[in-house]
Amino acid sequence: MSRPLRLNVGLAAAGVALILILRLIDNDYAWYTGYVILQYVLLAVAWNILAGYSGYVNFGTAAFFAAGAYTTILLTKALNLDLLVCVLAAGLVSGALGLGMGWLTLRLRGVYFSIATLSLAVVLQTLVVNWPYAGGSSGAYTMRPQGYAVFGNYSEFLFVLMLVLALGGIAVAAGIERSRLGLGLATIRDDERAAAAAGVPTLRLKLIATAISGGMMGMAGAPLPYYASYLNPEAAFSLTHTINAMAMTLIGGTQGWVGPVIGATLLSTLQQGATVTISSAGNLLIVGGVLILFVMLAPKGILGLIRAWRGRGDTA
Amino acid sequence: MNAVLDVRGLGKTFGGFTALNGIALTVAPGERLGLVGPNGSGKSTFVNCIAGDFPDHAGVVLFRNRPLAGLKPHERARLGLSRTFQLPRPFRSLTVLENVTVPLRFSVPPLPVADARARARACLERVGLQDKAHSHPHSLTQVDLRKLELARALAPEPALLIADEVMAGLSHSEVDQILDLLFALNGDGTAVIMIEHVMRAITAFSQRLAVFVAGRKIVEGDPQTVLATPEVEAAYLGT
Ligand SMILES: Nc1ncnc2c1ncn2[C@@H]1O[C@H](COP(=O)(O)OP(=O)(O)OP(=O)(O)O)[C@@H](O)[C@H]1O
Ligand SMILES: [Mg+2]
Repeated sequence: MSRPLRLNVGLAAAGVALILILRLIDNDYAWYTGYVILQYVLLAVAWNILAGYSGYVNFGTAAFFAAGAYTTILLTKALNLDLLVCVLAAGLVSGALGLGMGWLTLRLRGVYFSIATLSLAVVLQTLVVNWPYAGGSSGAYTMRPQGYAVFGNYSEFLFVLMLVLALGGIAVAAGIERSRLGLGLATIRDDERAAAAAGVPTLRLKLIATAISGGMMGMAGAPLPYYASYLNPEAAFSLTHTINAMAMTLIGGTQGWVGPVIGATLLSTLQQGATVTISSAGNLLIVGGVLILFVMLAPKGILGLIRAWRGRGDTA
Repeated sequence: MNAVLDVRGLGKTFGGFTALNGIALTVAPGERLGLVGPNGSGKSTFVNCIAGDFPDHAGVVLFRNRPLAGLKPHERARLGLSRTFQLPRPFRSLTVLENVTVPLRFSVPPLPVADARARARACLERVGLQDKAHSHPHSLTQVDLRKLELARALAPEPALLIADEVMAGLSHSEVDQILDLLFALNGDGTAVIMIEHVMRAITAFSQRLAVFVAGRKIVEGDPQTVLATPEVEAAYLGT
């Protein structure tokens, strides 16, 4: 079996195993928790496609995520479209948003790009707040069906949907790492000027990465209105999404898709636990605390720690 | 005219400072041109203008009879215009071999991975880096970094290679090795502009020599004659 095929088969097997385990537990809370963890896996993997692979730090995660969620709200309200169609549409909308934002901002290098992306969320949120059809500042409700196709339980359906999206996102990220696009992004991250001198179409590759990354974030947000049954701009555009995706990736390690997956799984599990046992306000505190620890003690994340530890084992 | 590079009236200012002024220079296909001048005379700025880093320069640059105005650096590279950076700029996260595959994977049309790696390996052999193919740039010495810079620039078999001080800091035998390499490359039809402070290499290599002083080309011609002109001696003694 080739490596990519092996990875995809492994991902599918892991997905089936997860579904079976949660079926055994069969409790709405378990499906919910799993959904949130997977949503952050997808967001972190998506964020890392731009930040980890090409070195461009995007502070607009919440904007892409919310654009996906509001795509669902609008398409459901206007055309009563199926959630699966909304997910695809959200991918396109947020992908296009990424392309547009990239077109405007990717000529800016380093920190200037990051500052520009931060303003995207502000602009979009202002737009939604002043748009009564989308629910305005008070938000919009979504009618949640009882079940969906073979799924008797809608929570299970949402979990499986997010699982498929997250695993798909991982497969895409892993594919990029092996591809010519991945090589080009790595040269941009290492030295953009040298990359251009070697014939790498830097702007085009950055635009492609922003579009893919943004599209994935939009898909992560698309089921949110159904998950929460109610969506308001504050929740959709919450800076929490931006900070979490970033912190989880940095804690896991930015070198490949494995880092964000580890970081998102660990941190969002911790957060879910804290929400129950302490308070929901403890979430960001945990992320902040863990992030500070990592920045000081292990700037290359968990993956970096593992590599350093293995390296020491080899030479000893 | 059938020059590979034809530069007319090239000028570049940084703020109020004039780094290049009215430079005219041509390079014939397959020619070996030496470019010398004191520190800060504008040699690297000349390279940067031609490579597309400063689109706001004055004057016209034709590459194989094609005006380069409006073309991005990567588009110029893909046309067959290769440059090295005076301070090596390797891709740190890639191995030495992968570094050299980059211009081959991003040529038009791109080489498939296997072909690119085979050709990159051949390039590493040419510069004598084959044993370091799987090392990362951080483990290379300054000399090896210069060789890597050169290997990456010559890998796509450019029509013109501009080598900006690739011999700085090299030992006598290493200079000879790079000289042999540039001669061999030139023998395959690549025109070369060699920017160097190593006079021995310049005189051995150049068919024609141009001298920049304070952003102007003061003389150009046969190397021996040029080096003997009083202005050139003054420029070098003056610094
Ligand atoms: N990006 C820049 N911004 C401002 N000034 C610059 C820039 N690049 C070069 N200069 C200035 O232009 C002048 C020419 O620099 P350049 O690097 O072209 O010289 P050089 O001939 O290559 O010198 P050396 O032999 O030391 O490499 C210098 O005074 C330098 O300070
Ligand atoms: Mg220079």
